[in-house]
Amino acid sequence: MIIPNIQRKAKNPLVNLIGIIVAFAVLVILVRTGVVSTYISGILMTICISIIMATSLNIATGFLGQIALGHCGFMAIGAYTSALITKAMANSNILVGAGAPNFFRFLIAIIIGGALAAIFGMLVGIPALRLKGDYLAIITLGFGEIIRVVIQNLKFCGGNGLSQGAAGQALVGISRISNIYVVYWITVVCVFLMYCFVRSRYGRALMAIREDDVSSGATGLNVTYYKVLAFTFSAFFAGIAGGIFAHYIGSLSINNFTFMKSVEYVIMVVFGGMGSLTGSIVAGGILSALPEALRRFAEYRMLVYSIALIVVVIFKPTGLLGTREFSLTNVLSRFFGKGKAEIKDGGQDE
Amino acid sequence: MSDTPVLKTVNLGINFGGLKAVDDFNIEIMQGELVGLIGPNGAGKTTVFNLLTGVYAPTEGDIFISGKRVNGLKPHQFVAEGIARTFQNIRLFKQMSVIDNVKIACDQSIKYKLGGGLLHSKLYWDEEQRVHEKALELLKLFNLDTKADFVASNLPYGQQRKLEIARALATDMKILLLDEPAAGMNPVETAELLDSINMIRDKFGIAILLIEHDMSLVMNVCERITVIDYGRTIARGLPSEVSNNPDVIAAYLGTDD
Repeated sequence: MIIPNIQRKAKNPLVNLIGIIVAFAVLVILVRTGVVSTYISGILMTICISIIMATSLNIATGFLGQIALGHCGFMAIGAYTSALITKAMANSNILVGAGAPNFFRFLIAIIIGGALAAIFGMLVGIPALRLKGDYLAIITLGFGEIIRVVIQNLKFCGGNGLSQGAAGQALVGISRISNIYVVYWITVVCVFLMYCFVRSRYGRALMAIREDDVSSGATGLNVTYYKVLAFTFSAFFAGIAGGIFAHYIGSLSINNFTFMKSVEYVIMVVFGGMGSLTGSIVAGGILSALPEALRRFAEYRMLVYSIALIVVVIFKPTGLLGTREFSLTNVLSRFFGKGKAEIKDGGQDE
Repeated sequence: MSDTPVLKTVNLGINFGGLKAVDDFNIEIMQGELVGLIGPNGAGKTTVFNLLTGVYAPTEGDIFISGKRVNGLKPHQFVAEGIARTFQNIRLFKQMSVIDNVKIACDQSIKYKLGGGLLHSKLYWDEEQRVHEKALELLKLFNLDTKADFVASNLPYGQQRKLEIARALATDMKILLLDEPAAGMNPVETAELLDSINMIRDKFGIAILLIEHDMSLVMNVCERITVIDYGRTIARGLPSEVSNNPDVIAAYLGTDD
């Protein structure tokens, strides 16, 4: 029997890398020539944030199959943590000024923000993941709200402190050091890591647990470990997205992280296809751009948005891409009539 | 061949509330043996399996795998100790490919960790290649290698059963528990299954514990048989002894008093 080499079969990352670089070059040209205004680059930034949020939520919801309604809670942790870190750095003159590009400060802050979100993801995951389905959805909703309310009452996060009641203020004065080039590459790296994750033993294990957790245990998977790992992993990237958001928007109000925001990301995951990272990328792009594109029809905006959702759910109940992944290599080989290859690209979205 | 039984239970029992589902269950299985576990519906056979694979924790007694006490471990730790099972109602990972079903069962032997998985390191590719080859080999034993990329739920019933056995074998177990493998099969498929079971024993030299209602299958392949009813062991011995035991006949057919 001839056994194919799976590495050679699963090519070609180079094509995707070229695709990503070309997209980046186009972006740079558009920004330089002024086609992409500050307004549009802001939308692109929102799209990148949505992509990271939707793909990371897809790990928990699509691959592990557990609806989580508190994803914005982790985003909030990442946002506030990284904002406080860059503020503290600015105050104590660490990595500020000439010779120390904003990029380092930004990167350190969002990674710490992501790490803290991951720790909370784990702490929430350990008790919550004993439950499944509707019950888990409700408990994650609860945890998301707890995080929100706690932050609202923290003095150093702009709140008045518990003794003064809950009327929190915004955390202001965050340096707006997210820039679209950096954010683009962070998105690419995040999606790449998540893609590798789901294509490894870990993604396989999550899908098995989604299909049948009893037989997953009986075939040797440590179900609890994998569930908590998926939740932690997912929360980490939500924290990263939060960090980007904080340094893009410049001031944080806890109202940016409500339950309804979490639901929006769940919608993106369902819209793109549960279990398809590229689906989440496409859905994150479309659903963040659509409200802006429809701004001219102000009063019909939400109507069109809702109809788009209904149409997709009726005609494509599994979402735009189902569980399949979009593959640049496949598209190219179809164009040039070559053999079929299997791999998708990462972060290929403009 | 060592003298330690691969699987041994001592006075194993479990209570659900006031109900004693299994009581005082004793069994010893040596390497390479094929033992049958039979009994009428509701006798507690599947409960015994669930105890032996860690799905339920026993309320009484002990379980030993190769001499090691395994009470209270989680199902995946039972697998690590070398016990694997199939289910009465097939429980495949239905929406996954046939080969991925088998690869899942190799998970405990995979060496790369999170870092390797995230960056697709050299070790990742080596290990994935090894697992891929191992899975294909196992599928070939059951003539499923040509269907490796099929979605598991699209296989015919008999092949789903086989796939479940292949998946269990991929865990590198010492003892295999088969829960009614012939249920719902036609005579041709049952005959094929018989061949598969014999092939597994010859090739892997493992012990097998078999729950089955198909008496022709049980009497044909099992070396020893344990009969339980209402959670209690009512007979054990050679197939010929068991089939003539008045208690067993009474349990299956009822008594006339």
